[in-house]
Amino acid sequence: MERGSNGKFNGIMVLLGLMILGMLLMNICIGSVRIPLREVIAVFRGGTADPVNRDIVLQLRFPRALAAMLLGGGLALSGYLLQTYFHNPIAGPYILGISSGAKLMVAVTMVVLAGNLRAFTSVTMIAAAFLGAMMAMGLVLLVARVVHNMAVLVVAGVMIGYICSAITEIVVTFAADSDIVNLHNWSRGSFSGITWNNVLALTVITVLCVIAAVIMAKSINAYQMGEQYASSVGVNVKVFRVLLVLVSSLLSATVTAFAGPVSFVGIAVPHLIRTVLHTADPKKIIPGCLLGGGLFCLVCDFLARTMLSPTEMNISTVTAIFGAPVVIAMLLRRQKEREVSA
Amino acid sequence: MNDRASIRCENISVGYGDHVVVSDASLMLHKGEILTLIGPNGAGKSTLLKTLARVLPLKAGTVYLSGQDLMSFKNRELAQKMAVLLTHGKDPGMITCREVIEMGRFPYTNMAGTITASDRTIVEEAMEQTGVRELAQREYTRISDGQRQRVLLARALCQQPEILILDEPISYLDIKYKLEFLTTLQRLVKQRDITVVMTLHELDLAARVSDRIACIKDGKIHRMGTPEEVMEGDYMETLFDLPAGSYDAVTGSVEMEKIPGASRVFVLCGTGNGTGAFRALQRRQIPFDAGILWRNDRDLPAAKALARSVIETAPFATVTDEAIRQAEKMIDGCETVICTLEETDRIHPAEHLRTLMCYAEQQGKLRDMEDLFNG
Repeated sequence: MERGSNGKFNGIMVLLGLMILGMLLMNICIGSVRIPLREVIAVFRGGTADPVNRDIVLQLRFPRALAAMLLGGGLALSGYLLQTYFHNPIAGPYILGISSGAKLMVAVTMVVLAGNLRAFTSVTMIAAAFLGAMMAMGLVLLVARVVHNMAVLVVAGVMIGYICSAITEIVVTFAADSDIVNLHNWSRGSFSGITWNNVLALTVITVLCVIAAVIMAKSINAYQMGEQYASSVGVNVKVFRVLLVLVSSLLSATVTAFAGPVSFVGIAVPHLIRTVLHTADPKKIIPGCLLGGGLFCLVCDFLARTMLSPTEMNISTVTAIFGAPVVIAMLLRRQKEREVSA
Repeated sequence: MNDRASIRCENISVGYGDHVVVSDASLMLHKGEILTLIGPNGAGKSTLLKTLARVLPLKAGTVYLSGQDLMSFKNRELAQKMAVLLTHGKDPGMITCREVIEMGRFPYTNMAGTITASDRTIVEEAMEQTGVRELAQREYTRISDGQRQRVLLARALCQQPEILILDEPISYLDIKYKLEFLTTLQRLVKQRDITVVMTLHELDLAARVSDRIACIKDGKIHRMGTPEEVMEGDYMETLFDLPAGSYDAVTGSVEMEKIPGASRVFVLCGTGNGTGAFRALQRRQIPFDAGILWRNDRDLPAAKALARSVIETAPFATVTDEAIRQAEKMIDGCETVICTLEETDRIHPAEHLRTLMCYAEQQGKLRDMEDLFNG
């Protein structure tokens, strides 16, 4: 029976991997200019190809697709870690205002550095986003110390998100300067304009965070049974909780630094993965979230680019359309289960 | 100094935050013993328990486990020595009972938490001993409370602990599961020579399963000893601030509060048949007197708890005229007399019973209990 469920897990992981590969190719081939798969393969193999198409593939679509995949995986993992922290599947970086906090600090940094484009590096952006994420997270944790009701905490998180967004709007309005035309689009969430430099930076951070999460997997498992239990089997709960906060904030900050705030991925994907895998084992949920989040964002970015082509929708519009119903379905199911068990 | 001492607490203080709940507590426990903490709600039983489990910080004093300072243990070492079963754990979601039980191997597994073949043997053994093998593949959130406690006990056993700490392990279980759980626990303790510290609200069961009982009240260990020493006399009533006579330490049975006012009924009783009548009268809010009871009569504890006054007399001795006169006086003050003795017991009644029944009959007060309640 054990082997059976592992077999199922492996099967689903392979399937997700293949789907990601397929979506990567679709994201590269399809867009305002359609590039045949043959030509894409030729570009990758260094063969002869149209130089315009080569640029579109290598400089625009491929880095963007890779970024969507990595950021999606990071967001889903960030959500999963926050859900572990709060012992609640409704927690996520967007709904708790952490993404908006990161957004605010990135906007402020962009405006301050507007004249100095050289300082505009991936590292600066991530650092600013991380600072903002930690500030919002700090506020959420302060609220969590006072109220122990998840519904109230979520409302507080949404409010923190609104405050940060409002301040961001003010900052963006005051800085209506030609240097930062992109700022407005970015602040609503989009994977456009990703460079190879960005991809490198976010690969490094995502890999580091994934390693941290894998190391924490054993403790996450024990922590699911409650803090006191975790501490009784030898988990250093204080250190563990700090790590959870740091890693999840860093992940959502990185996403925000490059793509702006992206809604619902952090809640919907872990829930879908838990449901499909039918387990709470972190050793399965973590890879599941990475692949599932990657696939989810690839699909959403594909739709954002192509549905109203040539106009591009912002990514949160699409993730919300698919993610929010999943969250509602999850809430309904939880309610039903509670009624059954009561 | 004490090789056999599994746990020794010296003048410890425990509490939350800045608030000290129990202070200056000392106790010593040998291997294979069960210590139960009892006392009123909020007295600090759970706080003391959680401090021993190092879930809460120790405020003052020292705790030694096998002679070594509790605070000096590394997390992992402690988890290999001591397992904890606390109430109000979190709902972990989709997880099988086997996975929950395997978590007990946490302090022994590698960084990835891999369950090896030898871990699996230990898990199987723990499931066998707690009778949860058939639950292995069931989802943990979908089993009954009684089953869940046994699964958690199996998980605790997987830690191969020398010390087991349980916070109200049977509180939400029905009586069958309560007994089953404690029976399993008692057997395991003797088999594996485990030291147990637990809290219980079930005084009757505490008296039966514990080797020693510590009573927590007013921020102190108020009394400690074997169940017989601790529960002697009316101490339980003192510990819980109960009305006199409402708790019977021998049987562990409890009575409601007696009805105030002048007695309206006199109950002639004995051999245990009176107890039901006392309770029936109490439920109907009728104050009553009872007698004449030998001090070894099974009706005496309930009578003392529920009757306005009870005439009692030395066991196996002839009832004195004085006691009879006293009873007659009480009958004079009542509207009704009921006799709870079975017909077969009334064929050759004792002298005093015959006297009192005649006395009541003459006054027209002797009635059946059913008539009394229906009329």
